[in-house]
Amino acid sequence: MSSRRDFLKSAASLAVTTLASGVTLYSMSGEASAANAAKTPRWGLLIDATKCTPDCSACVDACGKAYGWHNESYSPTDEQWIRKVNVKDPESGASFSAPVMCQHCANPPCVDVCPTGASFKRFDGIVLVNRHICIGCRYCMMACPYKARSFVHHGGRGSDEDKREYPRGGHGTVEACNLCVQRIDAGGVPHCVEACQQKGQGAILFGNLNDPESEIAKRVATYRTSRIRDDLGCEPGVHYQGIS
Amino acid sequence: MAKVAYQKLEDHSLFFWGLLGLHVFVIVLGLGAAFYMVEWGHVVTGMNNQIVWGTPHVFAVFLIVAASGALNVASFSSVFSRLDYKPYARLSGILAIALLVGGLAVLVLDLGRLDRLIVAMTTYNFRSIFAWNIYLYTGFMVLVGAYLFVMMDRRISRKSWPTKTVGASAFVWRLILTTGTGSIFGFLIAREAYSAAIMAPFFIAASFLYGLAFTIPVLLMMSRETRQDLINNEMLRKFRGLLIIFSLAVLYFTAAHHIMKIYAAGYRDVEHFMLLGGGIYTTVFWLGHVLIGNVLPLAILFFPSKDRTSWHAIAVASLLFLIGGVANMYVTIIGAQAYPLNLFPGMEVTSTFGDGVVAQYWPSTPEVLLGISGVSIAMLLTGVALKLLPFLPHQHQRQS
Repeated sequence: MSSRRDFLKSAASLAVTTLASGVTLYSMSGEASAANAAKTPRWGLLIDATKCTPDCSACVDACGKAYGWHNESYSPTDEQWIRKVNVKDPESGASFSAPVMCQHCANPPCVDVCPTGASFKRFDGIVLVNRHICIGCRYCMMACPYKARSFVHHGGRGSDEDKREYPRGGHGTVEACNLCVQRIDAGGVPHCVEACQQKGQGAILFGNLNDPESEIAKRVATYRTSRIRDDLGCEPGVHYQGIS
Repeated sequence: MAKVAYQKLEDHSLFFWGLLGLHVFVIVLGLGAAFYMVEWGHVVTGMNNQIVWGTPHVFAVFLIVAASGALNVASFSSVFSRLDYKPYARLSGILAIALLVGGLAVLVLDLGRLDRLIVAMTTYNFRSIFAWNIYLYTGFMVLVGAYLFVMMDRRISRKSWPTKTVGASAFVWRLILTTGTGSIFGFLIAREAYSAAIMAPFFIAASFLYGLAFTIPVLLMMSRETRQDLINNEMLRKFRGLLIIFSLAVLYFTAAHHIMKIYAAGYRDVEHFMLLGGGIYTTVFWLGHVLIGNVLPLAILFFPSKDRTSWHAIAVASLLFLIGGVANMYVTIIGAQAYPLNLFPGMEVTSTFGDGVVAQYWPSTPEVLLGISGVSIAMLLTGVALKLLPFLPHQHQRQS
């Protein structure tokens, strides 16, 4: 009888220990994930349209030169990873100019629709195209609300693409702004940001939106910023100041 | 029930050989066009960074939509026990497969990286409706193949349950498939002309119409070829009735789609573009899709005349429905892309990338050849299949 009681006691204590440790672990894992989320960077841009001037294209030129897509003819079949958009309110006449590139959405429609998974979002929020498995179906271009993607229409082989700092997808694939991921991984900033600081108006700020101490996070928390077509729920990583 | 006798195509007229030869010629041209596009890039097409899906997609989607609808006749027979349609069930099945192969061939040949087709078939992102469709399309072919087998195998076809079971599965599958095809567009929040759940039932209604509109001319052509009356007047009257119902359904969904969009203030600009101020797209919508593609054939089928159930009235109406189908897809796919993306609602926008501007598009010869070759692939496959296996009924006999 006593052995049965002992057995029940042992079983109960074992169950409590197991469950309690599970609860503790669960609770710890919750805290850990919150801590990790704070540590995980969310790279983004803050573009101050009040500083950006319509005649300046330093950001566009720098990007085009760095990745080799720039073409002065601006044919509709040419790639444009970043463009200056001039916007005017027809009622008030107020206008502004700002660069538009891949908005590196938290909920990117291009990633959702890509049949092969070539369009993907990195852990840090950068949306990229895997050049090796893009089949050139262009569904991502149909899905992107920002017209941020370009299809490489021109055929041809033997380009010097591999000599560039970041190899491009090549003909028949889709390309877009990669937020200069190779520079970010090396601790640098995107070409457009650098060019805007050096040759432009210093209108583009780059940083970690998840770090409350970062300049970008402070400015987003302080000033009224907005995101293009925020109503669509894509949650872009590119914020704008002075566009609404 | 009287047993239905089937036949293969035996002796052929010069016209039949000529038609097959023409299809082979068009397919060769289409393949040539595809490889020209592969070699030189899509810059040789009319497509650009705004109109990313052009004429090949128009034909591909049209054929894929028609494929699921072509199975109608078989479904009427096995799923809904309308035995009058049974003699045409086999033809209906093989035509469905052929149209799907034609559509998919065009879709694949228009890929930017045709050489990575194996990637498309082995690497999937299951959040993508495109990836679902790859399974839906291949599954449809397998299921319709099985359906044909149970209908044609002497032992299995003696029992009714295998045909009924596989037929019902194929019917449900085709509804899901067309829902998937419509959802390719309906799920897109970026393009204001789409972004509507009604795209799926609209595509289903369109599939019923275009599928039947493909089936009837093929049957009439084969009547000529076999010198047998494969469709009697009673069946012609039934097909006529179905065409009228399906066409009215297409018009209903077209009207519902546009009225719903017009009702929402935010979509009025895009609706104004599609219905009034869109130039070629407005013309193709009203003249191609509405008038030539529905109203005119409906008038041919509706207006009482002693000739109204004659084969040539139905043949002409079917061909007009098909022309309207291409027009419908042209407006749906290309017109919707031509309208600029609305990055800053209510603002005037300009850029070097065509923001705020209606995109220009004119189909290039290679694109058109590739698109039309899809129709030829479907027709050639059907012709060869009719020659190899007994898909065609003997002279129509009333079922009891």
